[in-house]
Amino acid sequence: MAALGEEFTLSAEALFAGPDGLLGVEPSDKTDHFLVTDRSRTVVLYKVSDQKPLGSWSVKQGQIITCPAVCNYQTGEHIVVHDNKVLRIWNNEDVNLDKVFKATLSAEVHKIHSIQGTEPLVLFEGGAVRGLEALLAEPQQKIEKVICDGEVIKWTKFFVVFRHPVLVFITEKDGNHYAYVQMFNSRNLSKYSLLLGQEEKSVTLNFTAYVDRKFISLMSLSSDGCIYETLIPIYPGDTEKNQRLVRSLLLKAVVSGITRNGVTLTALDQDHVAVLGPPLPSSKECLSIWNIKFQTLQTSKELPQGTSGQLWFYGENLFMLHGKCLTVVPYKCGSSSLAGALGKLKHTQDTGTQTMPHFVNWEMSQGCGLGSPNSEQPRILRRKKTEISLQPEVPASEQLLSTIKSGSEKHIEVELRKFLAKWTPDFHTAIGDILTGLLGRCKAEPSFYPQNCLMQLIQTHVLSYSLCPGLMDTALEKTDVQMLQLCLQQFPDIPESVTCACLKTFLSNTEQDEKMEEQSEILRNGFNAEKNYSNHNRDLSKKPQDSTEETSSCPVIPKRAALLRNAILHSAYSETFLLPHLKDLPAQDITLFLQYLYFLYLKCSENATMTLPGIHPPTLSQIMDWICLLLDANFTVVLMIPEAKRLLINLYKFVKSQISVYSELNKIEVSFREIQKLNQEKNNTGLYSIEVLELF
Amino acid sequence: MGEFKVHRVRFFNYVPPGIRCVAYNNQSNRLAVSRTDGTVEIYNLSANYFQEKFFPGHESRATEALCWAEGQRLFSAGLNGEILEYDLQALNIKYAMDAFGGPIWSMIASPSGSQLLVGCEDGSVKLFQITPDKIQFERNFDPQKSRVLSLSWHPSGTHIAAGSIDYISVFDVKSGSAIHKMIVDRQYMGVSKRKCIVWGVAFLSDGTVISVDSAGKVQFWDSATGTLVKSHLIANADVQSIAVADQEDSFVVGTAEGTVFHFQLVSVTSNSTEKQWVRTKPFQHHTHDVRTVAHSPTALISGGTDTHLVIRPLMEKVEVKNYDAALRKITFPHRRLISCSRKRQLLLFQFAHHLELWRLGSTAATGKNGDILPLSKNADHLLHLKTKGPENIICSSISPCGSWIAYSTASRVFLYRLNYEHDNISLQRISKMPAFLRSALQILFSEDSTKLFVASNQGSLHIIRLLEGSFKHLHTFQPQSGTVEAMCLLAVSPDGNWLAASGTSAGVHVYNVKHLKLHCTVPAYNFPVTALAIAPNTNNLVIAHSDQQVFEYSIPDKQYTEWSRNVQKQGFHHLWLQRDTPITHISFHPKRPMHILLHDAYMFCIIDKSLPLPNDKTVLYNPLPPTNESDVFRRRTGHAFKISKIYKPLLFMDLLDEGTLVAVERPLDDIIAQLPPPIKKKKFGT
Repeated sequence: MAALGEEFTLSAEALFAGPDGLLGVEPSDKTDHFLVTDRSRTVVLYKVSDQKPLGSWSVKQGQIITCPAVCNYQTGEHIVVHDNKVLRIWNNEDVNLDKVFKATLSAEVHKIHSIQGTEPLVLFEGGAVRGLEALLAEPQQKIEKVICDGEVIKWTKFFVVFRHPVLVFITEKDGNHYAYVQMFNSRNLSKYSLLLGQEEKSVTLNFTAYVDRKFISLMSLSSDGCIYETLIPIYPGDTEKNQRLVRSLLLKAVVSGITRNGVTLTALDQDHVAVLGPPLPSSKECLSIWNIKFQTLQTSKELPQGTSGQLWFYGENLFMLHGKCLTVVPYKCGSSSLAGALGKLKHTQDTGTQTMPHFVNWEMSQGCGLGSPNSEQPRILRRKKTEISLQPEVPASEQLLSTIKSGSEKHIEVELRKFLAKWTPDFHTAIGDILTGLLGRCKAEPSFYPQNCLMQLIQTHVLSYSLCPGLMDTALEKTDVQMLQLCLQQFPDIPESVTCACLKTFLSNTEQDEKMEEQSEILRNGFNAEKNYSNHNRDLSKKPQDSTEETSSCPVIPKRAALLRNAILHSAYSETFLLPHLKDLPAQDITLFLQYLYFLYLKCSENATMTLPGIHPPTLSQIMDWICLLLDANFTVVLMIPEAKRLLINLYKFVKSQISVYSELNKIEVSFREIQKLNQEKNNTGLYSIEVLELF
Repeated sequence: MGEFKVHRVRFFNYVPPGIRCVAYNNQSNRLAVSRTDGTVEIYNLSANYFQEKFFPGHESRATEALCWAEGQRLFSAGLNGEILEYDLQALNIKYAMDAFGGPIWSMIASPSGSQLLVGCEDGSVKLFQITPDKIQFERNFDPQKSRVLSLSWHPSGTHIAAGSIDYISVFDVKSGSAIHKMIVDRQYMGVSKRKCIVWGVAFLSDGTVISVDSAGKVQFWDSATGTLVKSHLIANADVQSIAVADQEDSFVVGTAEGTVFHFQLVSVTSNSTEKQWVRTKPFQHHTHDVRTVAHSPTALISGGTDTHLVIRPLMEKVEVKNYDAALRKITFPHRRLISCSRKRQLLLFQFAHHLELWRLGSTAATGKNGDILPLSKNADHLLHLKTKGPENIICSSISPCGSWIAYSTASRVFLYRLNYEHDNISLQRISKMPAFLRSALQILFSEDSTKLFVASNQGSLHIIRLLEGSFKHLHTFQPQSGTVEAMCLLAVSPDGNWLAASGTSAGVHVYNVKHLKLHCTVPAYNFPVTALAIAPNTNNLVIAHSDQQVFEYSIPDKQYTEWSRNVQKQGFHHLWLQRDTPITHISFHPKRPMHILLHDAYMFCIIDKSLPLPNDKTVLYNPLPPTNESDVFRRRTGHAFKISKIYKPLLFMDLLDEGTLVAVERPLDDIIAQLPPPIKKKKFGT
């Protein structure tokens, strides 16, 4: 639950807050220290918890600070710009701003951005961006103009995304807004025009943004009182200039619709946004925290003395100008948990001790500490661990590992066979290490692919997908169908995306088939039957059966059919995760797969027991599940494919006929149920009976 | 083991009255339950939920409130305007006192247990002082406009909350004046209902008042300011009852839809000190209105119109996950309502206000296990005997010869003589019962039907000799000096020489009828006796206790028998001990002295003392017949407990003759069919 704490003010005598409020509040290099820049000449460094200023600096009379002071985290110095072009850099010890380092630039600065861990960036009014170091090396360098004439920068924000600095700024020209995303490392500038959607009348008042994985979520507050969201991709898909982005409505009527200056918003985290403004036209201004995920108002605070319409949020504090005073409102968003609400969450986290599980823990036995418990992708964690554990203590596996690093394929195979012959207590871990070693070398040397070794390792039955995540990827890369099939059969925990990738490989590649024909040695078990069977099908299909003729022959050649049948259809999956991946299948593959499933369905329904021959035949329900899934995922696509039309019609006809058969069966079943009821009634005697009881 | 013809009787049309109030007493771990016919039952929760005492109902005494006061005294109040105190030793009503406020809707004892507060029809709230032997009216609080339906005392005893129609008042106990009046919203799902009845209130020590009302709301009020703090809409129908745990960290409410909701005070987040009331668990164990709930430290207790008493242990409070942690649903009384005449094959059924006499049918056919035999004669309803007066029947009995019927109400004992002439029966009432025979807790005829044994509620036992059409008082065994404990269970030996009587707590007394003196007392056991019987020939007394232990005590030797010692040494099978209904009847096979026949509500068992006892590894209950020779051998050398679970719920089972049993069942569906229809709930797809 988000909550606002008790507000407090920072002593304001040193500040001159004009009608437009302050120039800016920026964090300093020490926690709890903030630089406040006012509209005229003064920069004040505050320690918020003490509510008092630590230092104050002013520029000379006649000069005006034009850009809020920031802290250079790399040096601990403060930077400010006055009179648009003059850069001042000073330390806490400096007293007079006139005597500190000064650099006059060739263009007007819009704003300086500084974030912990990166070099400060200077954004010029023309849209150009420079690193501070580069700029100071040659202050008078030529600054190009990026944005068009008449465009004015309205709002800027600086992010660090995956350790890459990204600067976003919004410009306005003739009522239209444009978003620029500047990737500082790649020097890549993308421009987007922001479209309003249907509500043409509204004027966008304010912006805020946060990074949501691959997107910057830009939220804008409109004059109609609603918050809109625009997703800006961080990594542009194509370099086409001037892409358009449409905003979508996120929250309705958070502030009253009157266009007023004192309205602003700030994103607090992914789910929460703070809005400053009057909730009703007549009411006083309010600071409200909204949960955008659930669209609920979490908390609000009335600000009767009015604000300047500015709101800054750093760490746990919200800063605003309330009346004439700079006010700090602590904000806290504890994680609310259902378990907590139900009273079942007993352990408290502050004890810091982790109880040891009673069963043997894989990860513990490898001697690796746990990462943060909230990691979203445990698989990645696991992968890291296996990489770390490449230096095991066991000499045999260590020896083998060193062989893997340099030895020839043959040599490795011999060594591996020796190793597998004897069983060691940490067999599992050793196998994992060896496999990781092999895969590592595969990656390093594209020509190196010890298929036999890998197969042998898989057949030890101790591996799972999560133990060697790279294995199937490598096999997919090499389109090693045999290996994939073996993996599908052996691994219990293959993610749906990989299952789908396998399916794609099986369906799309044709040259593999010939190769497989040669290597039928390993695949033999159970598939000969299939071969005969499909020959038999072909015989059947030769009979005049007009409509079903096309589909009753197996659409895929027997080997591949076997693969599909035995591996994919049997694999474990969860519908929700599989569906999105199925959608990615190309249309041609969908048709082929659907054809094949239809074929299986027909074959299955032909005999009374509804089973297919062979060693591991898919069951009817598995076939039905896959048909449903495939149609679910791609129905619109399938409808569009002309080749699939016939197939769909046939499938529909067949399903219809099946349904009529089953409804008849249903009738019979009802009659039989009556018989059972009769039997029950015999037991359920009336009010009085004499029965025989024998006790044994 | 034996083959029997079983008369399977399902025409005992017994419907337990609905439950109106429950009151839990923490000190004694006992639960008082009152039913809509005025019956009050006491359950001992420590003794395997055994119903150890009961007070018969009365037509004009509809109980509306029940409470325990200091010293484990039990009070009830009802719509006849009287406050009653029950004597838990003598099992009668100590006194009734009119509160002079019209029908009483609510009553509650003060936190100290020394004062009683009643809420009346005329809107008055009256305070009574509890004196050692009576209660005394002290004063009235400010009168209210409408009837006071619910009351709750602040744990400190300084304030009370009273729920009426449309509002809740908070009174200051010292001044007796109302300091706040909190109006309850009549709106129900947007529609204004005529009235909003506050069915229950609970006053917490932090000043919060919780109310439940007919609009389906559970509301939290601040009694200091008289404002509504929070409101939960939990039902589409009335919320009729509320009970709060002593720790005030959880409470339970019951709704007219049969749902019981558990609310708990839990932290908002996992490690914050801020707590809030959260509705945690819904339970649907009832089909009809849950009229009353109670909250023991470890369980939620609920009862209502559907006649079940449901005890739902809270798993987080139960320390040992044993059988006590299981849900209990008590439907049938733990005493016998049926007696039978072996000679004439008659069954006497006891109802609240009448008796029914039935003659069993017969068959000439034979068959194998499980067969239903064709009837040559159906069962006959011979007699319907209505009582006079408003009092419920306490106990009844038919003599083994079938020519005497006796029953007792709270104020009189009735004795009838039956004459059979071919198919006609005539009934003759024996008048002029002696004055000392005012009320009996148990009546028993001797095997030869010449003597009548009456256990009165003063602890004395009377022996009466029956003559053709008259009687003669033979003797009275007075209770042991200083005790007034009533005897509830009687057993007489088939030879008529020994009489065993058991009270609710002390041991079993055995009297010598021939010499008219106390023979011995079986050592007291921790758990109450649920059934007693004396075996023919050996005169061994078999005693079943509520913890499912069975003892065999030799009366002539005045000691436990060898078999009983062996059983105690080895212990019963764990499944036997885990049964949740008590043994209510024990009988013997005249030709097989080693057999003991006993039953509870869900099984019938013959214990063969000649066979080894089962240990925990053997299968206690195996319904399947043996299939081959070796199996028969294995089974024959099997264990002593031969169990049948075919008949259930089983209210009575007895041996009529060597090869014939009678089993009286009362299927739950038949009871449900006779209850008023429950609130119709829309179910998806209907």
